[in-house]
Amino acid sequence: MKYSYYPGCTLRTKAKDLDAYARASAVALGFELEEIENWQCCGGVYPLGSDEIASKLSSVRALNEAKEKGQDLVTLCSACHHVIKRVNDDMKNVDDIRTRANNYMQLEEPYAGETEVLHFLEVLRDRVGFDKIKEKVVNPLTGKKIGAYYGCLLLRPGKILEFDNPENPTIIEDFIRAIGATPVVYPYRNECCGGYISLKEKDMSKNMCERIMDSADGMGAEMLITACPLCLYNLKKNGNDKLPVVYFTELLAEALGVKEEVAK
Amino acid sequence: MNTAKKQAELIKEISGVNPLKCMKCGKCSASCPSYNEMDIKPHQFVSYVVNEDIESLVNSKSLWKCLSCFACVERCPRDVKPGKLIDAARQVVVRQKGQDYLSPNEIPELLDPDLPQQLLVSAFRRYRR
Repeated sequence: MKYSYYPGCTLRTKAKDLDAYARASAVALGFELEEIENWQCCGGVYPLGSDEIASKLSSVRALNEAKEKGQDLVTLCSACHHVIKRVNDDMKNVDDIRTRANNYMQLEEPYAGETEVLHFLEVLRDRVGFDKIKEKVVNPLTGKKIGAYYGCLLLRPGKILEFDNPENPTIIEDFIRAIGATPVVYPYRNECCGGYISLKEKDMSKNMCERIMDSADGMGAEMLITACPLCLYNLKKNGNDKLPVVYFTELLAEALGVKEEVAK
Repeated sequence: MNTAKKQAELIKEISGVNPLKCMKCGKCSASCPSYNEMDIKPHQFVSYVVNEDIESLVNSKSLWKCLSCFACVERCPRDVKPGKLIDAARQVVVRQKGQDYLSPNEIPELLDPDLPQQLLVSAFRRYRR
């Protein structure tokens, strides 16, 4: 199976490993990520104003390119996923945005939300299947107690993201089980790390990240995993160092026995 | 139409929110991770728009404390979306000339070697035009 793939700006710079482990794991699991050409930064946050059009066009371009190839569009960074998925919902369901965005785009055939946007975790759950992943695991992470850190962007608003139950998600816990480890459920797993506030107000992010770490540590987690470069940064920089934080793709690559390849 | 009324209409238009739907249950404020930092609390946003006191809203600290985490949007039983309302108030400010909350000149001293690009683009999009 071949998917269009949108890496995004941070996966090309500070989060290269999030990307590299995902690509290696995809090969090991038998699906292909074909990077779309000339992708542009998604903008990091979804423009909330109902009158925002130009700031959504980079997402529309990526979505349309996947449509023209007849492929689903796979994302990996939580922020890119959030932005592109919500813009796609606008293009599908909001007449005014669809009309005005297409006026800018001047495509041969207008884009109307045809592309399916999948987060890498959704590919693992819904296309590959966690049971199949389990079969392909060569280094099960047996005995490791791992806390899933979801954050905000993958889950909310639940009606648009349709990723998982926004208040009681299970996808990352199921992923942790598939690679042979033990998930630790803790109360703060879907609370905010502070996001962009950490640029100007580190103390606010510090409060939040310490609460997240204390919560996970208190429930017995030995490490946290995330899909978001900004969550990882905030938890490492503004947390209290009680727990290591890694990308979920690193553990996937390790379990599938392809981690060393990436390190080379 | 006077200026206050116009501004209130503008916020309703940008946000797409109908503040009259709010039933004041307070779930948004109870969910908000920035509640302690805010001078005007999430459940109060709607009243400022209904009472056309946009001046207080756009000058509030709350404008810059919202994290766009969408906890209030997710949990509102009336689909009022307080987070979209406060973003519209923020837009009313940053769409004016010279009212950016973040200037590129501030960036160099805020950087550290691990800081992801995602943080910069997100902050620029929320804090300026």
